Amino acid sequence: MKKINWWVIGTGVAVGIAALILTACGNPANMGFCIACFLRDTAGALGLHSAGKVQYIRPEIIGLVLGALIMTLAAREFKVKAGSSPATRFVLGIFVMIGALAFLGCPLRLVLRLGGGDLTAVAGLAGFVLGIGIGSLWLKKGFSLGRAYEVRKAEGFVLPAIMVVLLVALIAAPAFIHFSQEGPGAKHAAVGIALVVALVVGALCQKSRLCMAGGIRDAFLMKDFTLLSGFLAIWVTVTIGNLILGNYHLGVNTAEFIQAISHNDYLWSCLGMVLVGWGSVMLGGCPLRQLILAGSGNVDAGLTVIGMIVGAAFAHNFGLAGNAASVADGVLNPGGVSTAGKVAVIVGFVVCLIVALTHMPKKEVQS
Amino acid sequence: MIDARGLSCPGPVLMVQKAVKEGNPASLEVLVDDKCAVENITRFAKNNGYAVAVADAAGDYSLTLSKK
Repeated sequence: MKKINWWVIGTGVAVGIAALILTACGNPANMGFCIACFLRDTAGALGLHSAGKVQYIRPEIIGLVLGALIMTLAAREFKVKAGSSPATRFVLGIFVMIGALAFLGCPLRLVLRLGGGDLTAVAGLAGFVLGIGIGSLWLKKGFSLGRAYEVRKAEGFVLPAIMVVLLVALIAAPAFIHFSQEGPGAKHAAVGIALVVALVVGALCQKSRLCMAGGIRDAFLMKDFTLLSGFLAIWVTVTIGNLILGNYHLGVNTAEFIQAISHNDYLWSCLGMVLVGWGSVMLGGCPLRQLILAGSGNVDAGLTVIGMIVGAAFAHNFGLAGNAASVADGVLNPGGVSTAGKVAVIVGFVVCLIVALTHMPKKEVQS
Repeated sequence: MIDARGLSCPGPVLMVQKAVKEGNPASLEVLVDDKCAVENITRFAKNNGYAVAVADAAGDYSLTLSKK
């Protein structure tokens, strides 16, 4: 019988509880954590986009990276590596973000939305699984972004240092940092609470290697359900928590009830998450895992995170992000993805295909 | 000997899976450079009837898989 990995399940439960706490303390509904949304908010706070409702330096991002760094140093695992197709990873980071923002959430928020009863997220789940399946097929054929090599230790501290600077900017709140006065960016837990919760979650995720994409990928490739158990633990914990707290609302967006920050465009929710799933498998992990790796000395993952920030800026500067459903005068606006957003997702598929084709093992020439 | 150093997850364990599937070796040596790969390969090996011994190899990890 296969051994149960309690670290992974425990981390899943902890992430679920942390998300419930952060939502109760002020984060938007079904958004205790969302790596895509929070990087997007941070990009907005830095003036990289001008969508006024989504601008805030999210301490959760800072805490996750620094929590992973602390755990890596404590476990003496801090090995700094770089050079595994860094430019390609940067570009993939951009498109993973564009796919996630078309859906309106990263894989972690996908689970949180499902745990809140949001059935519009089912399309995203289907897409995510499909995307991971596509990525896994390429892995089986030998796809790889290549080896990373050990570099100077200082390289591994660059992204964590940027996080410390962001924390200072958040606390000092100088005039050039943008903070939303309304909308999702204005809804947030107190800095101290969000930071401490994220530090703990970041440390646990580093220790357990929790990854939203890795769970489904390992189930496909090796019938290994270890990481998938973490994914399911988050879902179960959040569902139970929301039922207890009275925040569980089963259904899609209707004129009577709007699921928080979601839309009813199922096809493009699905396709957006296909892009996220496929891109995440090629990168070796979901957006959450990229943050954790970036805090653990993986310089390439740090570049992926920067790519995701740039992708978030593109998504809002060029109108690529999904529009959430809303109700005005009792009439439902189901929301959805703009034509530009749909084109960007399709371009993302083309980019993934090119990356896959150009990173296959070289055939040996017969002499 | 499989040298999977520097490869990101799940590259190392997939190399081991391929070697086990194709050759069903009685023993296999694998060199990796991160703890995550050690854990993944160890889990895969144990689930597939191999015992695993991990040794330090000049800052990297050398895994010896032996059929039980």
